[in-house]
Amino acid sequence: MPSLVDVRGLVKDFSRRVAPWSRPIVHRAVDQVDFTIEEGESFGLVGESGSGKTTTGRCLLRLVEPTAGSFTFEGQEVFARPPSELRDFRRRMQMVFQDPLSSLNPRMRAGEAVEEGLVVHRIGTRPERRDRVEELFRMVGLDPAARDRFPHEFSGGQRQRIGLARALALEPSFLIADEPVSALDVSIQAQVINLFMDLQQRLALTLLFIAHDLRLVRHLCSRVAVMYRGRVVEMGRTIDVFDAPCHPYTRALLSAVPGPDLRAERLRLAFSAESVDLSAPLREVAPGHAAAVP
Amino acid sequence: MLQVADLVVEFDAGGGREAPVRAVDGISFHVDRGETLGLVGESGCGKSAAALSIVGLVPPPGRVAGGSILFEARDLLDCGERELQKVRGARIGFVFQEPMAALNPSFTIGDQIAEALAQHGVARGAQARQRVVDLLAAVRIPAPERCARSYAHHLSGGMRQRAVIAAAIACQPSLLVADEPTTALDMTTQAEVLDLLGDMRQDLGLALLLITHDLGIVAGLADRVAVMYAGQIVEVGPTRDVLRSPAHPYTRGLLASLPGARPGTRLEAIPGVVPSPGSRPPGCTFASRCTERIDGCDVARPGLRSAGAGHLGRCLLLREEP
Repeated sequence: MPSLVDVRGLVKDFSRRVAPWSRPIVHRAVDQVDFTIEEGESFGLVGESGSGKTTTGRCLLRLVEPTAGSFTFEGQEVFARPPSELRDFRRRMQMVFQDPLSSLNPRMRAGEAVEEGLVVHRIGTRPERRDRVEELFRMVGLDPAARDRFPHEFSGGQRQRIGLARALALEPSFLIADEPVSALDVSIQAQVINLFMDLQQRLALTLLFIAHDLRLVRHLCSRVAVMYRGRVVEMGRTIDVFDAPCHPYTRALLSAVPGPDLRAERLRLAFSAESVDLSAPLREVAPGHAAAVP
Repeated sequence: MLQVADLVVEFDAGGGREAPVRAVDGISFHVDRGETLGLVGESGCGKSAAALSIVGLVPPPGRVAGGSILFEARDLLDCGERELQKVRGARIGFVFQEPMAALNPSFTIGDQIAEALAQHGVARGAQARQRVVDLLAAVRIPAPERCARSYAHHLSGGMRQRAVIAAAIACQPSLLVADEPTTALDMTTQAEVLDLLGDMRQDLGLALLLITHDLGIVAGLADRVAVMYAGQIVEVGPTRDVLRSPAHPYTRGLLASLPGARPGTRLEAIPGVVPSPGSRPPGCTFASRCTERIDGCDVARPGLRSAGAGHLGRCLLLREEP
């Protein structure tokens, strides 16, 4: 059976000119990225700032236009579609952003924000939509009575719940979550992560979870890809990658995780880009576990 | 060396017409010479306000409304601005979360550190320039001469934060206050900066007050830890004891909510939200979220009770003894 999400050879170049007459400087943010996500799976994309993980997520939804590559979603090619046909895809692929305060319209009441997608896609009558919004509020653990409040009247955790309700309104099968909890406090983070796990099971969602926090990815995702400077340097089942990392960058990243782990002083590993052949292609090091090592 | 007692920081609300909001509600702690104290808490718990009050930098409409801050045998709250300026930078170094905000974009890194040296009468001219290069080398910046000639925007986030640390230790302070020093940095860079802080502390005999939301960082660096919740310290003790056998239900909840123990299972989240400073209950501030609450919890604020050697918790479940 083909994978629900199949990304091949994804490339995104950003170019800028220092001056109007100068040659554009091309920066390759995403460089030949391939991965597949099975239906119902949660897939983690980790990396540090500038690794291209966010751009990868945005390319899939075509919030930024990819430079090259293909993306098959539910058996259909997305990148080749004209923009006019994207609306239907975006109904089944939704995104949750890092900072709900900047991704929610401050002048739109919470209920309106959640309802907006239904209105745009002309789903249901007004009373039906009202019921659906109420149901969504309950689903993400918000009091439906709060639907007439504005985003700034909610706490950070509640705002992220609104963002999630908004993304789920159209019953997507694929959810891209870009650092959905990194702006939240630890105790609230756990509430939202639990919500993600519950909803994923209940709604059979496929999840692309983009994060820099390896502890969260380990907790939530069954498979993971590690990105560095636009490339996937290691990919595999989360247990394999975390317990037996093969790429020097993955090792350095894992050794940098702070933790209340008093059992052993972990050795901190340094990583210098010069010491590693970054152009090495991914190769299988164990079944289902690939790394860009010679 | 630093002894904070019953510190209260208030923020005036509604232009002074309403009752002021207590960001810090009577906290006491001390930092010994060469010791690292981690001050942990979530956003809004008052940890930053507490840190800023040490050097008289609480932004208006906030003000220190009570308590004392003894540092090297004087009360900083009684000092005038001139006297505070001598302490600030010279005796107490500061590192903030956002290095770009701490550095002046229109002067080179070298000029800024040299200015601090001249201001406090440590060194001038060629001597200062040499000292700047030594400092930048000490914080492990490769090519320190070039860094001294650079502007803040030329440097990466990690290098900037190192430059800020170099400036903070320039006048050989005895205490370094670091407020979320690595929160804006990438994971690998964060690890390097934390290692650097740990080594500085040993090499220079610095005392460190480390303010952070991340228990993991505290575990790696702090000798003792104080946990703040809703303006109060709810638990304080040796790091190992606090993390291994937390005395307060809030600390237990925080530790349990960290991902990592059992992947794929539900995290043990703390239910509810922190009460806002204006609506704190008369009893224990954590009672409404506490899974272990008992009858007396809503009646009055519990005092600090002993949970072991040097280990205190603000909870009725602990044995009452002095």
